[in-house]
Amino acid sequence: MKAINKIVDWINERYDLSPVIYLLKHKKVPAHRHSVWYYMGGVTLFLFIVQLITGILLLMYYRPGEESAYESVKFIITEVKFGWLIRNVHSWSANLLILFAFLHMFSVFFSKAYEKPRELTWVTGFIILLFAFAFGFSGYLLPWNELAFFATKVGTDIVGVVPIIGEPLKTLLRGGEDVTGATLSRFFGLHVAILPALFFSFLAIHLFFVQKQGMHEPEEFKNLPEEKKKYIPFFPDFALKDLLLWVIIFNVLIFLALYFPWELGNKADAFAAAPKGIRPEWYFMFMFQTLKFIPSHVLFIEGELLGILGFAVAGILWMLVPFFKFKKKTNRKIQPLTIIGIIAVAFIIIMTLLGYIL
Amino acid sequence: MKKNILFFIVIIFELLVLSDFDIMAQNKDDNSKWIKQDQCYKCHKDNGNLPADYSQNDIHRKLLCSSCHGGNPNAADMDVAMDPSKGFKGVPAKKDIPKFCGSCHSNIEIMRTYQPRIATDQEMQYYTSMHGKKLMSGDNNVAQCASCHTAHNILPVKDPRATVYKLNVPATCNKCHGNADLMAKYKLPHNVLDQYTKSVHGVALFEKNDTGAPACNDCHGNHGAMPPGISSISRVCGTCHVKNMEYFDLSAMQKSFEKKGFHGCEQCHNNHAISKPSDEMLGVSGNSKCITCHKPGDAGYKTAAALRNYIDDLNKNYDLANTKLAEVKQKGMNDIDIGFLLQDAKQNIIQTRTKMHTFDSTKVGESFKDGMEISNKAIFYADREISEYSSRRTGFAAATFIILIFIFALFLKIRERGKKKEEINF
Repeated sequence: MKAINKIVDWINERYDLSPVIYLLKHKKVPAHRHSVWYYMGGVTLFLFIVQLITGILLLMYYRPGEESAYESVKFIITEVKFGWLIRNVHSWSANLLILFAFLHMFSVFFSKAYEKPRELTWVTGFIILLFAFAFGFSGYLLPWNELAFFATKVGTDIVGVVPIIGEPLKTLLRGGEDVTGATLSRFFGLHVAILPALFFSFLAIHLFFVQKQGMHEPEEFKNLPEEKKKYIPFFPDFALKDLLLWVIIFNVLIFLALYFPWELGNKADAFAAAPKGIRPEWYFMFMFQTLKFIPSHVLFIEGELLGILGFAVAGILWMLVPFFKFKKKTNRKIQPLTIIGIIAVAFIIIMTLLGYIL
Repeated sequence: MKKNILFFIVIIFELLVLSDFDIMAQNKDDNSKWIKQDQCYKCHKDNGNLPADYSQNDIHRKLLCSSCHGGNPNAADMDVAMDPSKGFKGVPAKKDIPKFCGSCHSNIEIMRTYQPRIATDQEMQYYTSMHGKKLMSGDNNVAQCASCHTAHNILPVKDPRATVYKLNVPATCNKCHGNADLMAKYKLPHNVLDQYTKSVHGVALFEKNDTGAPACNDCHGNHGAMPPGISSISRVCGTCHVKNMEYFDLSAMQKSFEKKGFHGCEQCHNNHAISKPSDEMLGVSGNSKCITCHKPGDAGYKTAAALRNYIDDLNKNYDLANTKLAEVKQKGMNDIDIGFLLQDAKQNIIQTRTKMHTFDSTKVGESFKDGMEISNKAIFYADREISEYSSRRTGFAAATFIILIFIFALFLKIRERGKKKEEINF
């Protein structure tokens, strides 16, 4: 302990750590019956760290290219020591990351934590979620297997529906007319260089905002008399609980990786017939299923286009929610915006389930 | 001017010499039009005496009746149309049929205008066949062209409706060869089709519609049909079973067979009733073919026992590897290399079975050694994967145990801090 103190003193003497020490000593977390939701962001961050580490490890053996991608992933899961574990943890962690990001986002939404002064924390968080989607979409193709190949084909086809910019954007994404080795190369570049850079930047801003403004206090907590407001210190109490949850999640991750490994399937073949059961990853399923439900033409607009524009507009509105002024209806127990949130959650859950059932 | 004269000569030549073909050529695309103008067809149809097997699907439908039978297709008067002095041939005698068909089919100049790749030696082949020889010696019971191909419903060999289409050949031959009275005259069996139908070849042809399987003509020839002789029988089988023939020809067994006048392949495998070969045919027990000649104590008897042991051991090891592969698959472990090895092991068993035709335990032993090595390697890989499966679970249990201790310690620490301060009021 003395040695650590000595090192801290040595650094402090040179770089003045007092703001950090002050933050650690004084940061507090409100304790109330909804405190559990405070942990969702932390778990998402932990899963991102897992992604980062396992991703770097996979990069040691992964070789992008039509002739090498599938083979290298196969090599990783069959020949490399613990390669199967790293790849499966990476796949599972990616999915759990999106799940916890959703939980984090909706908990923030329902507790109205996005309200002034945390508008930009919400916006950066939403942008981070979009980057996570992009990570998922680009990473899905990297093993270059049949399902991923055709799912990417369908996914990028959807982009092509957007008027004017759709086709050029599709070509830009695919690196040509079709999904080929060129698509794989640019998805790889996107997945390991461009997206991490963007993700990191926004994550840094997001975390900075969170530290700067502290934890949000829900309405009912704020209205408590000062003596009844309870807090726990962020360090070490909250941090210890965070760590506890992270360790449990880590154990769950290796359990999933061992007992429910992700199948590699067959190598992608552009000339083969599309296999049965092509579907996007679960977090895109609600959008995919909605597009399937919309008729081919609604009035004069193409159904698919209408769906995409609908989701784009809904996404933008969702991102800008903190900037809309909603009058509080005191006579209502559930506020209209909360009802919108509940509808959004129900819509996502129902459409996702229908996607798997139908 | 020179061109015009040449053109005129060609026209006259065509009118005089190739009048039949000319009519046919003019009406190439519309069969019904020209046939209605043909007086032979017109009268025979009106009188209701068209040949019983007459079909407008016949490959020769673009020819006139007179192209084969002679006569004048333009004359409405029967005496003029069927005047023998003007070349009318009428219905040919059975003995003359090969020549009758051969007038075109043996003529390369004519045939290549229809089918450039068609053979024109069928007539010559026929004369060398048993059918041809008998026909020439005056036996009208034997098959000639029309017996197999029909007279007026001749279809290309690749047409599934044709009597000579691969799947129909056995039934076509059986029209005569299944006739007990007729076959009795030649001291030939009449149940060949029954035997063939149950054989491995017949099952492949009839049940699996495998047109690669041999029908009668693949072993006996078609136009030059002959039963294969003792010396040629292994060559007949060897056209498909190349390696088996090669090994047998070089074996000591072949020489012994020759001395004893045995029929090569047929001796063990039968001829028409060839059943699917099995390992039971080898060895010194049960249904073994070896013990029909070899007796305990002789060298062949020992070799037979050794050969059977080799193949039994190979099978056992292959089955064991396969069971282990199933376990590896069921456990969701890496089965790729094991699968490839087992493909090789299967191939080795097939090759070893083929090598049995050397009847040499040293040569078969080499193949056996290779096969055992492959399946042992597959078993080794499978065991490794199965043990890896267990060690992963053990590893997970150990990791979980350590993590649980850590979780418990964290929990105690958190509880301790909570007790110390309760919740702090800042």
